[in-house]
Formats: sequence, structure tokens, C-alpha cells
Amino acid sequence: MKHRLLLLAGVVGAIALIASLSVAAASSNKPSRVHKATAITAPKVPNAKAIRKKYGGQKITFVGDSVGDGHVRDTRLAKRFTRDTGIKVKVVPHPAASDQSYSQLVRAFSQKSSSIDVAMIDVVWPGAFAPYLVNLKPKLGKQSKLHIQSIVQNDTINGRLVAMPWFGDYGILYYRTDLLKKYGYKAPPTTWNQLFTMARKIQTGEQKTNKSFYGFVFQGNAYEGLTCNALEWIASAGGGTMISGGKATIDNAKARTILDAMRNQIGKTTPRGVTSYQEDQTEHAFDDGNAAFARNWPYQYGIGAGAGSKVKGKFSVTVLPHGASGKSVGTVGGWQLAVSKFSKRKDAAIEFVRYMTSPAVEKFDALTNSNVPTIVSVARDKQVRAKNPYLKPSIASVPRVTRPAKFLKTHYNEASKVIYQGINQILNGTPAKNVLPGVESKLNQIIK
Amino acid sequence: MSTVATSARAPRRRRRGTKLQRRQTRIGWLLLLPALAVVAFVAIYPLGKTVYQSFTNQEFLAGLEPTKWVGLENYRELWHDTIFRDSVWLTIKFTLITVSFEFALGLIIALVVNSSFKGRGVMRAVMLVPWAIPTVVAAQMWKWMLDDVFGVVNDILLKLHIISHPHAWISDPATSLAAVSAVDIWKTTPFVALLLLAGLQVIPQDLYEAADVDGASKLQQFWRITLPLLRPAILVTLIFRTLDALRVFDVFAVFFGNRQDTQTMAIYAQSTIVGDGHVGYGAAVSVAIFLIISLFVVIYTVVNRVTEE
Amino acid sequence: MTTAAETEARTRARPVSRSRAFRRTPLGRALVKVPLWILIVAIFIYALFPFYWALRSAFMPANELFSTPIKYWPTDPTLNHFREVLNSSFFRRALLNSTIVAGSVTLISLAIGSLAAYALGRFRFHGRSFVLYLMLSMTIFPQIAILGALYTMISNFHLYDKLGSLILTYLIFTLPFTVWVLTSFMRALPGELEEAAYVDGATPLQVFYKVLLPLIAPGLVTTGLLAFIAAWNEYLYAVSFIQTPSHYTVPVAIVSFTPEGGNAFQVPWGQIMAATVIVTLPLIAAVLILQKRILAGLTAGAVKG
Repeated sequence: MKHRLLLLAGVVGAIALIASLSVAAASSNKPSRVHKATAITAPKVPNAKAIRKKYGGQKITFVGDSVGDGHVRDTRLAKRFTRDTGIKVKVVPHPAASDQSYSQLVRAFSQKSSSIDVAMIDVVWPGAFAPYLVNLKPKLGKQSKLHIQSIVQNDTINGRLVAMPWFGDYGILYYRTDLLKKYGYKAPPTTWNQLFTMARKIQTGEQKTNKSFYGFVFQGNAYEGLTCNALEWIASAGGGTMISGGKATIDNAKARTILDAMRNQIGKTTPRGVTSYQEDQTEHAFDDGNAAFARNWPYQYGIGAGAGSKVKGKFSVTVLPHGASGKSVGTVGGWQLAVSKFSKRKDAAIEFVRYMTSPAVEKFDALTNSNVPTIVSVARDKQVRAKNPYLKPSIASVPRVTRPAKFLKTHYNEASKVIYQGINQILNGTPAKNVLPGVESKLNQIIK
Repeated sequence: MSTVATSARAPRRRRRGTKLQRRQTRIGWLLLLPALAVVAFVAIYPLGKTVYQSFTNQEFLAGLEPTKWVGLENYRELWHDTIFRDSVWLTIKFTLITVSFEFALGLIIALVVNSSFKGRGVMRAVMLVPWAIPTVVAAQMWKWMLDDVFGVVNDILLKLHIISHPHAWISDPATSLAAVSAVDIWKTTPFVALLLLAGLQVIPQDLYEAADVDGASKLQQFWRITLPLLRPAILVTLIFRTLDALRVFDVFAVFFGNRQDTQTMAIYAQSTIVGDGHVGYGAAVSVAIFLIISLFVVIYTVVNRVTEE
Repeated sequence: MTTAAETEARTRARPVSRSRAFRRTPLGRALVKVPLWILIVAIFIYALFPFYWALRSAFMPANELFSTPIKYWPTDPTLNHFREVLNSSFFRRALLNSTIVAGSVTLISLAIGSLAAYALGRFRFHGRSFVLYLMLSMTIFPQIAILGALYTMISNFHLYDKLGSLILTYLIFTLPFTVWVLTSFMRALPGELEEAAYVDGATPLQVFYKVLLPLIAPGLVTTGLLAFIAAWNEYLYAVSFIQTPSHYTVPVAIVSFTPEGGNAFQVPWGQIMAATVIVTLPLIAAVLILQKRILAGLTAGAVKG
């Protein structure tokens, strides 16, 4: 009885503490991140008066970035847009998980629902959603010429521009400058074999004092991110881009070589658990000082260079290595903006998209959220580059490879699953020659 | 459900012709009305639609192509689907492992908490903690704890000299099933324990006192008094635990993503419907899952009826 | 109730084995308890260690969470994660939303379920087994399979993005479970008390309310608790039927955390752990308070008549 009362008292005490913290937190003013962001105001809408005359007073719904800084940015831009043009924008964050976000859009489109006007879509979705999206070329074709053309082409299905690029992403290599120096390397590796050698030497040395240190980390879990990583390996080794010319080309000698090379590193220069890593674990391993090299999206840069990071000032970025007979590439990631065919306010929606994908807004986004801009001139802007050092031309102009989503359309998810399941199986120990033929034949079946 | 064991305890009503029987029937169905209304309202349409879909070739993004009736085509394809077959075996293996461990552990915990000792109230609350943590959070937490670089489980095992170097419990196919089973056992043993505890608590204490007086040992009391009276609770617990284990999804999804050799039936259904977009085929998969689970329920019921004699 | 003196007398009168006699001595009693205590400690550690880990992580600064060598105790404790979690308006709302949804579902399930259990457990008519298995079959279908059809239904009833959609759909898995468990409790009750009540002139509903419900109190509390937790932790329907952040329930809210100044790829562990701690403590408190109800049902003397 006494024990129970004691424990109950403890629990009630803890709840009281949390409740008072809650009150304290609620009464304190807005969080610091808003203070940081309000230093830069949302840009004004060009041609606002003309837009207001034609569409003022209409209401549109924008399914945008998930809850967090992305949603905050969306809301600020939407508020500015409403203030200037009189078009009311309701901002709804999409679910945090990517497949839930995809399902949400599919359900809305299948029901021909007019509840969504503007949607934020992943770079691999235009092919699947094309029949449900408005062709933006007539009205936004001119503005699309400002953006990186390979992404614009990705968003153009059968001659229709179904989405405007909004922010981009591509794979890059992070490396520890201090460790390279310590072990006598003057420059980061340019080929995969160089990377493996350097990783091994650094790991052997570092593991004497740090048992958790590994040479190279990446995303190896059986999910979409592995398709991105694998595309980079295969394309940079001269093994093609998995599907081209209407056929699966993933099974070839160069692909087999690079995949087996990756497989041989597992447990040696890469942790055994890398086959369940996603972006989060990669970032933790590198930023806690437990990896010499890491492949990740540019987002990791800001965290590593931020306060409290163990590798602050000790790392840099470069393009990913290539195979002996290939060149460096980066898989394209990122998000686009599209207008639903079932929207009742298509023109107002298009004006919103025009605003969001304009140079001024992309610069705003790059400065407040460190998102990679898709407009070439913005990527060259001094302020933007100061904030995002990975935008320097030597890195930013790396050739991009796109996943075969445009070609596969609604079958992309299924095909990608076949690919990443196969690659994961190889990484987990099966030689490539036993897996790739099966993968290629399954892909060809899907293509039919 | 057998009525043999219960007729001895059901109220003995004097049969005055069929008037009383009709009254019983009327009241019985009246009392069931709300529950049946819920079933009709919430379940009939979705279940019916799913069964209907299994006979069509519907796609998630049907787009502008019409959905048409394909009869048993989906089921024919399912019969030859080796991936589905593998997922069935994996799920059954997982179910057998986890349900047996959870039942044994849950029974022990329930017996311990039910016996009198200081602090059992605390114990009762404490044992609920794993069940109370949301599955998505618990799965992520365990994935992190089992990591081979910064996982605490490896750290502790290394310090206790049980293993010599960190092990990738999740990634290594040899230990994957064990890892995910251990987490599921941790999470759902409280469910089993709580249900069995509730069953234990309605067993009258004077039965045990009488047995003590007669000189029966604790073990004899367990076999002769506890287990038989706990039978209904055990049956319900086993049925629902097995049902949940056969539909397991969250833990596997968080640990393995869509890894080929660790797909359970529910993961396969989800990836078919949402990932690949084959709604019709996915509905057939779901109907198959339904039938497989029903088979287990039938087995439990039959075994229960047979062992009651 | 036999007194100690009577037990003593009976023991002396009957021969008893040596081990039995040893077990009755103070030392014997203590030693028998040792395995019991080891078991209890083991169970405590097994159940609580991950929660302790969550607690430790909730107080650790974000950049130390994944660092090696692993720290078992936060050397640099911080309240930041708790502050961030409680500062997030949609999390506070989510606690309220989850309480409303889980509470409503539990109450509805218990009300409807106990009535149904009464019918299925204490009355004799044809079709009882059928109803039981019908309820079971409604819960066997994989959630993902009926998601599409449920979504259509929810939209047609204009319940999309409203808590009502969750209250309705959660009944699919709480009601069958409640009905089955309570039915087995109802069946196990002796018939004498009902007989006596009927003789006294009680109506069936009075018998239900005054005689039977108190007797199955442990069952009611247990199923109520398990149903509440199941509804509280449900994720798939919550993320599919709700889109506005102010309507999020707790699991969806937890998954939607992003670290300050952070990116969708980042998982804010500190905040998630803090949220987990915040969410689990009231549940434990509720159970501790409800203990009394569980015990009260038994010792109310109802069983003794």
C-alpha cells in the first residue's frame, strides 16, 4: 500500500512537472526558429494587382510540406500571397511518411475530388499522376526555362508540363577533411576503388581508439533510398541507368562488378547494419564522428556544420566517386508543384504555383530552409551559396541521373521495389550474378 | 463455442413450454441489436467491397482504364504466387514463436501478480508499460537499441562478455526473425498477462483454501483448480493473440522496410495494394489472409471442444 | 476463514513431510520467496529497461543521443526536448484528440459489448455462436484491405478529417474483442444469484445492471483498459482519415515531429522520446488509480452472496 502511494505520488509529481513546463512553454513567445526566419520577409507577388482583379476572393487548397519548418514556410508564403492577391490559400501539410502522402493523393484523384488544388509531389510521381494534372506549359512554360532543364524534362510527360520544379536534391559525398590529412591523403577520392582503399586505411587506424568507427556509410535499407544509392553506383560505373530504351538494362557486367564491390565492403569498411540504414542513421554515424565517408542528400550539410556537431569544421563535400569507366553522377531527388485536373479554381492555382516557383521565392526558401533551389540563377546567388556551400559549381553541376519513373508511370513503385529488394539481397550476401537476372526479368515483365 | 461446460452453471430455468424460450430469444436478440447495428454499419460494406474487389482487376490509380470483372483470375495467380507462400510460412513461424513465449511468460507474470506480495499493485502498473508505448515508437526505439554501431543492447552484451563483437541483429538474416520476435514478445506479453490476470481474479479464493486444508500442493492446485477455471480466458487470449500475430505489420515494416525475406502476409498485402497499386489482387490476398486466420480460429475451437471432455 | 490456531491444530494432528515443515518455518518461507523475487526483478527489468532508455534519451541533448561510447546516464541533462514537444501546439491538441477518441471508443465498446455479452452468455437461443463468429470475422480482415472502402464510406458520411471517423472505425477492432472477453466472463458466473434476483421480481435489465455487471468488474476494467490503449496507439486509420494537424492523434503527431531548423529526413529522437514519456505516465497513473476498482469488484462480497 505504501509502495503504491509512493509510486502514485511520484507519477503525479512528474505529471505536475510536465504540466507546469507546458504552461511555461505556452506562455513564452514563439519559438526561436520563427525569430530567425522573420529576419527575411516573404517576397511580394509580382503582378499582384492584375491577379487580384481576375481571381481575387477565390479559395484554393494547397497540400504542401509536412508539419515542421516546411509547413511554416508554406504558411508564410501563402499568407503573403493572400495579402497581395486576395486569393485565399488553405495550407494542409501532407503526411510525414512518403507512402502515406502518395496514398492520400491517389485517393483524392481516384475519387475525382476537388478538395485539392495544388499538390506537392515527389520527383518520381509525375509519371504516375500525369493523367490527373493540368498542363502548365501554356501559362508557365516561359518560367520553366529558368529551372534546371533535366528536372523540367522529368516533369514533362508526353509533351505536357505536369509539374513545376520547386526544390531539388541530389546525392553527394561527405568526407572528413581532418582524417584525410591525418592519413596523408591530399584530396578526396575520385573513383570507388580509391574510396574503398582510403576508407580501409582510415578505419584501421581509427578503430584502434574508436571501436564504432567505420570507413563508409550510406542508405542500404530495402526502401526507395536504396534505389537512389544503387542508381548512383551503377550509373557512375558505366552500367547504365537500370532501364533505358524501353528495356531493363540493369543486368550487365559493370553493374555486377560495382554491386559485388559494395557487397564485399559490408562488415569490413561499412557496418554490417548498413543494410537497415536510412538517411537518418547515415547522418548520425557521420556527424558523431564514426565515419570517414558518407553518401547523403545535401540536407546533412547544415546539421554537420551546426552547433553541437562533433564534426563541425572537420568535413567537406564533393561529388560521388565514379567507376573506372564512368563519370560521377548524383541521383535527382526533390519536390515539384502540380495543379489537379479536378480543381475548380485552376487559374488561381496556377498563379499560386507561378509565385512559389519564382526566383524570389526559391531564394527565400534556400535562405530560410536550406532547400536546394532548382533555378540556376538562384543557385549561383552569393547569399544562397554562402548558406549552402554544396552549391558551388563543381558540385552543383554534377550530371544528374533520374530514376526511371517517367517511363514506368504508375508502375514505378512496383519496379523500384523489385530493384531495391534485389540490391538489398546482394548487399546482405548474395552475389550479384545470382540476383540481377531475376531482377531484370521481373522489370521487363512490369514494363510490358 | 461449447455449451457443455457452461450448462452446469447457467441458470436453471423451469421450462414452461415454449413461452419462456420465445421470451429468452426475443430479449437476447434485443440486447444484441446495438452490436449488430455497429457490425452492419461499419463492417458489412467495407468487407463486402473488398471481397467484390478480389474478383476484379482494379488498380489504385485506375486512371482512365475501366475496372472489369475477372472472376477467379486473381485467386489462380495467388495460388502460384511464391512470394505470398513464403510470407505465409514466415508469418506462421513468427506466430508460433511469439504466441508460445508470450503465453508462457504472460501466465507466469499473471500468477506472480495474482499471488499476494507487497507491491503487486505497482507490478500491475509496471507490466503495462510496454503495451502502453505506441507501436510505431516502440519499434523505432528497439531498432535503434539493436543497432550494431550505437545500439545499447550490443553494448550491454559486450560488457557482460556474452558476445565478443557487436552483432547486426536486424540486418543479419540469421537473427532477423529472432530480433523481431523478441521485440513483439516484449510489447504484447502485457496483453496476455492482463487478460489471464483478469481470469485468475474471478476464481474464488475459497476453492484454494479448501484445497490447502485437504493438503493439496501448489502444483496440484494449479493443475486441478487454476487451469480448468482459466480455460475460457486462455481460449480468448490465444485466439486474439494469434489473430494479431498473424496480422503483424508495424514492427516488420520499421525493422526491415520491404526486404524480401522478411515479408509477412500483412506487409505483402500492403505493398501489393499501396505500393504496386494492384487493388484487386491485393483484395484477393486479403481474402486469403482472412481464410488462413479463420483456419486457426477453427483449430482452436475444435481443440478446445475436444479437450473439454 | 480458518484461524491460525485451527491450522496449527490440524497440522499437528496430521503428519507432514519434512520439506513441508521446513517451508513453514520463517527461514523456509524467506527462501521460497527468493526465486519469486528474482523472477519479479527480472520481469521489472525486462518490462522497464526500454522505458528507462526512453527516459534517459528524453533528457539528453540531441547531438549526444547517437554518440559512442554509449552513456547510460545523461551527464548534461536538458529539458529542451520536453519544452519543444509541449510547445508544439499540435501535440497538445493531439493529446486531447486521442483522449476523446480512445475514451469514446472504450465507453461505446463497453456499453454495447456488455449488453451483447449478457445476451450471449446468459440467454439461450439459436444463433449465439454465429453472432460471436460474425463479430470475430469483422476483425480478422487486414486493416489495409478495407482501408479504401472505409475511406469511401467516411467521405460519403462527411466524416473525413473529423474525429468521428476514427471513433466509428476503431469499433471494428475493439467491439469484437470486448464482446468475446466479456461473454466468457458472463458464462463463467454461477446461476444462483440471477435466480435469486428473478425470484425477487427483478427485470432482466435490472439483473444485468445490479447483479452481473459488478461481478464481471475485472473483465470490464481489463477490456476497457486494453481497448483504450489499442485505440490510443492506432496509426494507419488515423493517418489516412485525418489531414489537419489540429485533428491529429498522438501516434500521428509523434511521427510528424521535425527537429528545429531541420529536415524531413531527420528523425527527432529526443522529442519522440520526450513525447513517449509524457504519454505513458498518465496511463500508468490511471492504472494505479483503477487498481482499487479491480480489487473492489472482488471483495464486495458479491461472490459470497
